[in-house]
Parts: sequence; structure tokens; C-alpha cells
Amino acid sequence: MSTPSLPLADLVRQVRQSREYPRLTDAIPYTRFMGIGVENLAGEMLCRMRYAPHLIGNSLLPALHGGTLGALLESSAIFELLLKTDTERVPKVISTTVDFLRSGKAQDTFARAFITRQGRRVANVRVEAWQDDRTRPIASSHALFLLSEP
Amino acid sequence: MSDFSLPADTAGRREKLSVLFTEAVPHNHALGLRLEEVGATDATVVMPYADVLVGNPETGVVAGGAVTTLIDAASGTAVMAALGAFAAIVTLDLRIDYLRPARPGLPLTAHAECYKVTRLVAFVRAQVHQGDPAMPVASSQGTFMRVED
Repeated sequence: MSTPSLPLADLVRQVRQSREYPRLTDAIPYTRFMGIGVENLAGEMLCRMRYAPHLIGNSLLPALHGGTLGALLESSAIFELLLKTDTERVPKVISTTVDFLRSGKAQDTFARAFITRQGRRVANVRVEAWQDDRTRPIASSHALFLLSEP
Repeated sequence: MSDFSLPADTAGRREKLSVLFTEAVPHNHALGLRLEEVGATDATVVMPYADVLVGNPETGVVAGGAVTTLIDAASGTAVMAALGAFAAIVTLDLRIDYLRPARPGLPLTAHAECYKVTRLVAFVRAQVHQGDPAMPVASSQGTFMRVED
């Protein structure tokens, strides 16, 4: 495992300015493994999970493993908090609820997170994931995160 | 149809359901998930610690997303145990509470219990620990639905 050359907090501060998102997503082994990245599309910050055969849960359909959609939704919420708030550390998930709405096809999946409330210690984040058609989400979640403790 | 039914003994059930943890389910296999035990209505699945699972490079703690996959896999297996068959099922929803930080370097063990089955829907509780079931790292509640084969 390669270690990031900068402490994560410094890297996050730099990426907030430079928008060189791969520097951050590549520094986190799990998001690199899952092919999850952050992109700016039409001025909107989205996450994309690039399709790879190891993400499949049902080979017959084929369909993405439900856990991979959970991972995309959670990563999307974490990157939203890291890049759009001034939290200094990776937020810790307290609880998460995922609704699986449609089966995920063997293709790229997108996610957009919305911070519904940000307190001093806790943030509530809602996320939706879709593939071809944004109006037909394949999974959604709401989650609570613990932000940097004072 | 009898090909899809599970034997009554736990060793036979474990052997049959273990196929879900081979290349037949690529993402279970990619995370190195292992089926440890299957009972009448429950299943125990282990996820070994691996560098690629790390969500925080400064602490080495495993990402929540990997825990979600572990819980989903264990819960789905418990549903099949309760149904006594390789049933086609989908996850409807999954709620996970993270009770304490997972310690880096140790495997995570999920024990899932399918405590209620209706004609279409199955209800599952699961807990994840790192060696001591009395000190869970996460607990979950999920619902699954049977679909047409």
C-alpha cells in the first residue's frame, strides 16, 4: 500500500482548491480498489463508480453487488463532506440506511450527495445513485456522520 | 427443483451455500469473504483484513462500504438458510449502525439471523465483531424480497 505523501488534512485542503480529485480518491485504498472517483460534471460534483467485473454480485443477470452500491453512496457522502465543508478528518459514519430501488447493470454508476443538515458534530447526508437515467435512481441512502470532534 | 433445496445438516448447507463465496459471486470473492457456518436460519461470514479495504489511510480502518458488502452477503445467506433453498432474492433495504471503530489488521465476522419470513419478504438482523461477539463493531437490520427465478 502506498502511503500518501501528505497528511490527509493537507491533501484535502489542496484538493478543495485545485479540484484535482484523483489525488484524494487515489489516496484512499478502498475507493481506488472500487474505481470510485469524484468528477465535476456541468458544475456539479458527482461520484462515479467505474464498472469492473469484480463489482458483480449476480453473474446471471448480470447485476452489481448491493454492497458496491452501498459503498458508492457512502463514499459520495464522505467526499461531499470532505470537499464542501471544512472538516479536518475523514468523517466517521454513525448510521446509514440504504434503499435498493432497481438492480444495478454492468455499467458505470453515478451518485450525488446532499448535506441536509450540518451541525457542529453531526451531519445528515442524503445520496442518490443512478445509471442511464437520473430520474430512475437505482439506490438511495441517508446517513449520519460524526465530524471532527473539537 | 430439488437441486435448489438445501440439506438439513449444517455441514451440507455450508458446502452448498459456499458457492456464493466463490467466483460465482465476483464481488464476494474480490473481498475474500468466507462462509464459516450456516444454521437453520443464520449464517456467519468472515472478511479477512486487507489493505485494499482501508477507508482511512491514516488509521488503517476498513471502509464502511466493505462492511456493507459483508453484512449484505451474510444477511442474504441467512435468508437462503431460512428458506432452505437457493432462492432468488434481492435486498430491499439495509440499515447499519456503527457501534465502535473496527480495529485495523483484524478480520471482521458477521453473524446474520433471518428471524421472520413471509411469502415474499424476509427480515434479517446482523452483528459484526472482531473476535468477541459481546463487543460488536456494527449491527444491522435488513429486508429482502423473493423474486421470480
